[in-house]
Amino acid sequence: MLSRTADHLYWMSRYIERAESLARLVDAHYRMSLLPHSLDTLALSLSATMTALHMEEAYRERHQVIEPRAVFEFVSLDREFSGSIFSCLRAARENARAVRGSLTSELWETLNSTWLDARTLVARRSQNADIGQFVEWVKERSHLTRGVTIGTMLRDEAFHFTRIGTFLERADSTARILTAHQTDLKPGADAGTVPDPFEWSVLLRALSAFEVYRRVYRDVITPVKVAQLLILRDDMPRSLLRCCKEVYQNLKSVANEQSAETERRAGEMHAMLHFTRMEDILSTGLPEFLEQFLANLRILGDRIASDFLVPPAEA
Amino acid sequence: MSATPRASAAALRRLGAYYMMESLAGRSPGQIYKSKEPVGATPYDEMYLREGAGRAHYLRYAQWLEDQPAERLAHKRAEADALFHRVGITFAVYGQEEGAERLIPFDIVPRVLPREEWIRLETGLKQRVRALNAFIHDIYHDQQILKAGVIPAEQVLCNSQYRPEMQGVDVPGGIYAHIAGIDIVRDSSGEFKVLEDNLRVPSGVSYMLENRKMMMRLFPELFSAHRVAPVEHYPDVLLDNLRSVAPTGVADPTVVLLTAGAHNSAYFEHAFLAQQMGIELVEGQDLFVRDEAVFMRTTQGAQRVDVIYRRIDDDFLDPLVFRPDSMLGVPGLLTAYRAGRITIANAIGTGVADDKSIYPYVPEMIRFYLGQSPIIGNVHTWMLRKPEDLAYVLAHLPELVVKEVHGAGGYGMLIGPAATKAEIEIFRHQILATPERYIAQPTLALSTCPTFAGGGGLAPRHIDLRPFVLSGRDVTIVPGGLTRVALREGSLVVNSSQGGGTKDTWVLEA
Repeated sequence: MLSRTADHLYWMSRYIERAESLARLVDAHYRMSLLPHSLDTLALSLSATMTALHMEEAYRERHQVIEPRAVFEFVSLDREFSGSIFSCLRAARENARAVRGSLTSELWETLNSTWLDARTLVARRSQNADIGQFVEWVKERSHLTRGVTIGTMLRDEAFHFTRIGTFLERADSTARILTAHQTDLKPGADAGTVPDPFEWSVLLRALSAFEVYRRVYRDVITPVKVAQLLILRDDMPRSLLRCCKEVYQNLKSVANEQSAETERRAGEMHAMLHFTRMEDILSTGLPEFLEQFLANLRILGDRIASDFLVPPAEA
Repeated sequence: MSATPRASAAALRRLGAYYMMESLAGRSPGQIYKSKEPVGATPYDEMYLREGAGRAHYLRYAQWLEDQPAERLAHKRAEADALFHRVGITFAVYGQEEGAERLIPFDIVPRVLPREEWIRLETGLKQRVRALNAFIHDIYHDQQILKAGVIPAEQVLCNSQYRPEMQGVDVPGGIYAHIAGIDIVRDSSGEFKVLEDNLRVPSGVSYMLENRKMMMRLFPELFSAHRVAPVEHYPDVLLDNLRSVAPTGVADPTVVLLTAGAHNSAYFEHAFLAQQMGIELVEGQDLFVRDEAVFMRTTQGAQRVDVIYRRIDDDFLDPLVFRPDSMLGVPGLLTAYRAGRITIANAIGTGVADDKSIYPYVPEMIRFYLGQSPIIGNVHTWMLRKPEDLAYVLAHLPELVVKEVHGAGGYGMLIGPAATKAEIEIFRHQILATPERYIAQPTLALSTCPTFAGGGGLAPRHIDLRPFVLSGRDVTIVPGGLTRVALREGSLVVNSSQGGGTKDTWVLEA
């Protein structure tokens, strides 16, 4: 398939995944804001999250203080901010439109109506726009898009590049959310002080892991187990291990003459997560581990781009 | 038209209903037209005879239409709108920001052609396109038609659309206009005439296909009651046609569709056709030329391309030869083309044959190359570079349509009967300054077809027809074409850029 087509498919799925990740984060914090709880804790969590997502600067250009309602609107609906959910939905649709001939008509129509509806919602937005409802809707549209992708697309290169985009983005998102909450995950936190259950719920809900945690551990929430679940569990759909496994497998299916090293690196990332133990990660230090992981992920993304998506001119 | 029944009481009632919906009851069709029409002649109505009876081939449809409750039709129209939006059957509007995509209005009343009329049209169209291809081949080779003095040589050779780069270049099968969109109108006597030939990158075929899909979805019962010739196989015929003109020696040619990109106004059609044919939709940046051959950049490395169905103009194809600032084309493409390593459809340099200054000579081409008399005539055309034509036109401006020779899309024209005195005077000055840039034609009373107008009522609106003629191993036409309709009352301009809409076009098989 055309490199440019693969590139658009890859970014289409990355943007939809990003919109969902952001919607989850907003949703988790929004629920927290409805509880009788310290506003400071909420603001701290929002600030840390925006920093991890490189959004704080753009926010500060618009607002002086971290005010939950303003953050929610900024992250969800801001038309000018290229990182908002609204902008992600637009970018996903623009990428889809550029290659609509390579998509099934169901997939194109799903992405197109998502964008058309989002535009209508944002245009109609009143002072009291229901953020909770909006992010809930975004999650649903993302689920629908994924379902239509899996349910209708031929298992060819187009599908694999779509999946690579999805899982690279998801790995990136999970790693950043963990980065934002790393202070809660310090090993020492296990003993003694009981961590704030609200913050745990933010972290876990943002990764659709709250119910999963209960099911897997049948235990009180402890930082090490949370990290274990979100980093090393193979059966957890948003864990780093799971994402890396999917990236690696899809990458193997599209291998070309020049992609051997990229494939090796993806395999290495997967193997490392597969065989490493939580103790090893904690002794390195979680922040250092996450930082290294994000760096490796960025290199992998760059390599995929140059091997497949925007190859250097051959003429 | 033969065999049309005489006006019966029932048929008159139907016609009455047709006009009453627009609250014009009690006036004869002639009166209604005269009050709004820019011309004196009463237009030919596709569905109704002047006396009010339905034409034979429309009787069944007219009966069905009469039986439909107004709410059902309103509901179906809303449904069509919603579907077109969701599917994204839109055209981009230049110079506007985000989401600047508009729907081309779709009218649910089909334009119906009886079989015998279509057969005559089809024969005439094939004849015309054969002659046009012979003409293009000739002017880039021996120029016999110029030597014979049938067409003045300077009209061809000094035309800005004439491409000297194409002289002596042999293209597969001698076919230049692989895809031709010939605009047909019907005058007040019921006669079909060719209004314009489109031989460069004619568009609109996706609407022909989508309109049919929509009609079948909205009104399946109509298709079981009528034998409507199918059009769905157009992409297959097109692909077969493109493969048939691949460079010699290529057994299994790779065909691609070259688009200017998602911001082009016809992008939907490009993506649609590429998908329907199962070929790659490429942009200039996806292609490159190496050793006089064309390749595309794929995830698995470079892949050879044999046929380019291009949807960008000549000027943008190769920045090394044509416009150097073009980012849309492929550097070196013309070298590969001249070496016979790639087929470009339509060929480079077809624009000279669909130019309005060449159009008046097409009937002569048919006689010259085929030794036949033209089956479908031209609209009478005055060429203002001729002093006697100029004098006549200047004396009759308020009755005529004046067009710029190189204009397109309904821009740069004067419709005399609809223009103000001041507008006519402005045009008169322009004509006097450069008369060779203009042609003039009588203001045609284009035929009308019942159409849902503003307010939800049915009213007569002017239409034309663009059939798509494919030339390769054979010349083929999918029955029908795209019917465009001028939605504004009295308007004769059917272009989508000027508020035109489209209709499904039925050719009845029996």
